[in-house]
Amino acid sequence: MARFLIPLALFIALAIFLGIGLTRDPKLVPSPLIDKPSPAFELSRLYEPEQKFSEKEFLGKVSIFNVWASWCAACRQEHPFLMTLAKENAVTIYGLNYKDTREDAKRWLMQYGGNPYKAIAYDDTGRAGMDWGVYGVPETFLIDKKGIVRYKHVGPLHPQVWQEQILPFIQKLRAE
Amino acid sequence: MNSPTVSRTILASILLFFFILSAQATIAVFKFDDPDKEARFKQFSEELRCLVCQNQSLADSNAELAMDLRNELYKMIQNDATDDEIVSFMVDRYGDFVLYKPPVKPTTWILWFGPFILTAIGLIILLRMIRNTGKQSNAKLSAEEQKRLDDLLKNEKEDSRL
Repeated sequence: MARFLIPLALFIALAIFLGIGLTRDPKLVPSPLIDKPSPAFELSRLYEPEQKFSEKEFLGKVSIFNVWASWCAACRQEHPFLMTLAKENAVTIYGLNYKDTREDAKRWLMQYGGNPYKAIAYDDTGRAGMDWGVYGVPETFLIDKKGIVRYKHVGPLHPQVWQEQILPFIQKLRAE
Repeated sequence: MNSPTVSRTILASILLFFFILSAQATIAVFKFDDPDKEARFKQFSEELRCLVCQNQSLADSNAELAMDLRNELYKMIQNDATDDEIVSFMVDRYGDFVLYKPPVKPTTWILWFGPFILTAIGLIILLRMIRNTGKQSNAKLSAEEQKRLDDLLKNEKEDSRL
């Protein structure tokens, strides 16, 4: 009996492993930033070029840091949801405008329903984005009160991931 | 030559021309005075993976991020950054994923040692199977079988005497 059961068991185990492999998205690369302090940077703000935006901005509250650009098609898809979150005052939203021009970025926000961000850091060279390990816009980081990166979502934010992953995490971080 | 072949040849040469052009465009951007630095640049840009088009190295990829990272790599090499500095710059930002050759650590043990363990298991099974087949052919007969064999042999001798 064992002669037949062992190969069968091996086959089933292999099928399970390969099956799990199929359901995983190879585009999602785990971020090495998780549970580390947010990378140091200092950029000017999109709307107030004379003012600076640095990682100190994150201290004292739970916030999300959303990387976007006017040239990014998926950002357009995500934008209405960010507007909803802003209207509901669900969480403080900061933006990182990545490899864009000020004019295009401002026009884009006007065109697609407004500005959901409390403040936007303007990263025209993409150097700050590189320190944040940005590889596909949009990306969203969840940052705790101490300015530590706790979670990263790659791709557009949508209600499902918000309800299932991010919102519970925010509530947990607020209680910390 | 008939006309489809001619047009195919022309098409192929045009495509080849653009291919060569684009390949040169990628390389020509970075100028090195020191051939050692150029070799290091080449080596690193081939060993680091582009995150946007995941099956291409930094050297192969035309993605904008790959371009930025090549620029960064160029600066680091011009400033005589050590290998460790370059690797940790990339890993701190993008994780082990950027390395085509991942480091040996507990989470990658299966990756590194798995194939050897599987080969060893396979060899053990193979050896045991070979040994078992050998045993079966020399297997001793049970008393009953031996008696039957003796009887048959005895009958054979008696038959031949007739």
